[in-house]
Amino acid sequence: MNLDWAHFTPWASLAGGVVLGLASAIFILINGRILGISGIVGGLLPPKRGDSAWRLAFLLGMFAAPAVFHALMPAQYITVPRIDASEWLIVVAGLLVGVGTRYASGCTSGHGVCGLSRLSPRSLVATGSFMGAGFLTVALVRHVI
Amino acid sequence: MKNNFLLRATELLTGLLFGLGLMASGMTDPGKVIGFLDLFGTWDPSLALVMGGAIMVGVFAFAVAKKRTTTFLGGVMRVPTSTHLDKRLVLGSLMFGAGWGLAGFCPGPAMVSMADGQPKALLFVVAMLVGMWGFELMERFVHAPRQAKLKAG
Repeated sequence: MNLDWAHFTPWASLAGGVVLGLASAIFILINGRILGISGIVGGLLPPKRGDSAWRLAFLLGMFAAPAVFHALMPAQYITVPRIDASEWLIVVAGLLVGVGTRYASGCTSGHGVCGLSRLSPRSLVATGSFMGAGFLTVALVRHVI
Repeated sequence: MKNNFLLRATELLTGLLFGLGLMASGMTDPGKVIGFLDLFGTWDPSLALVMGGAIMVGVFAFAVAKKRTTTFLGGVMRVPTSTHLDKRLVLGSLMFGAGWGLAGFCPGPAMVSMADGQPKALLFVVAMLVGMWGFELMERFVHAPRQAKLKAG
């Protein structure tokens, strides 16, 4: 196995991860909720009375992140995202992620971060499954097809 | 009333913090995500550190949460209790993982990238919302009636 040293960002990724953990900590300890993006969004489709304000407040804050990030970070720390998939592939992927995360009741945040943090067997199985499927998909797309 | 305001403010700030964490960590760069999932190419281990960093903090938070019945503001603590492993959990996660590997986006980073003005992220989010809504409709009009029928029969 070769490591991609050119793109490896240990400190930024670790620090970013700690921030994600802090956000999850605040959400459970102050708001009493699991910070899971697919659940927060999925609960708005369709919106239910009395169960939407908190979801919208969270999403609004999240949507403000890029503007704040660009304002705070020096330009050399901001990298341009590499989105290589074609439009068609993006649509197929989006559909799979939408259906799959609702079917499994969680995604990278709810199962991956919160679930593993609270040692949930369900989340361990979910995370193992989506990571496994991710590894396999990239192996197929990059090295077989 | 005051508590409600406090809750909305916390949600807003937590959303912002979460979005900033995603951007700083590299999760909003699909190239980086796919670089992590590409075990057989040149591997970028960064995302393992994202997960590690997040869980390192999360473990303590959830250990505290599990011992409490109310939040710091006195509200309901909604820690999931289900331990049931089923087909839905595994099949759904496999579908999600396949989509994640194809585009390099999971729900949070895709929405942050959309807010950052990336057209392909917008396309991804629209497709994702269609998928989520489609699932919701299937649940209500196909799955629920079938379950009801099974119970009645």
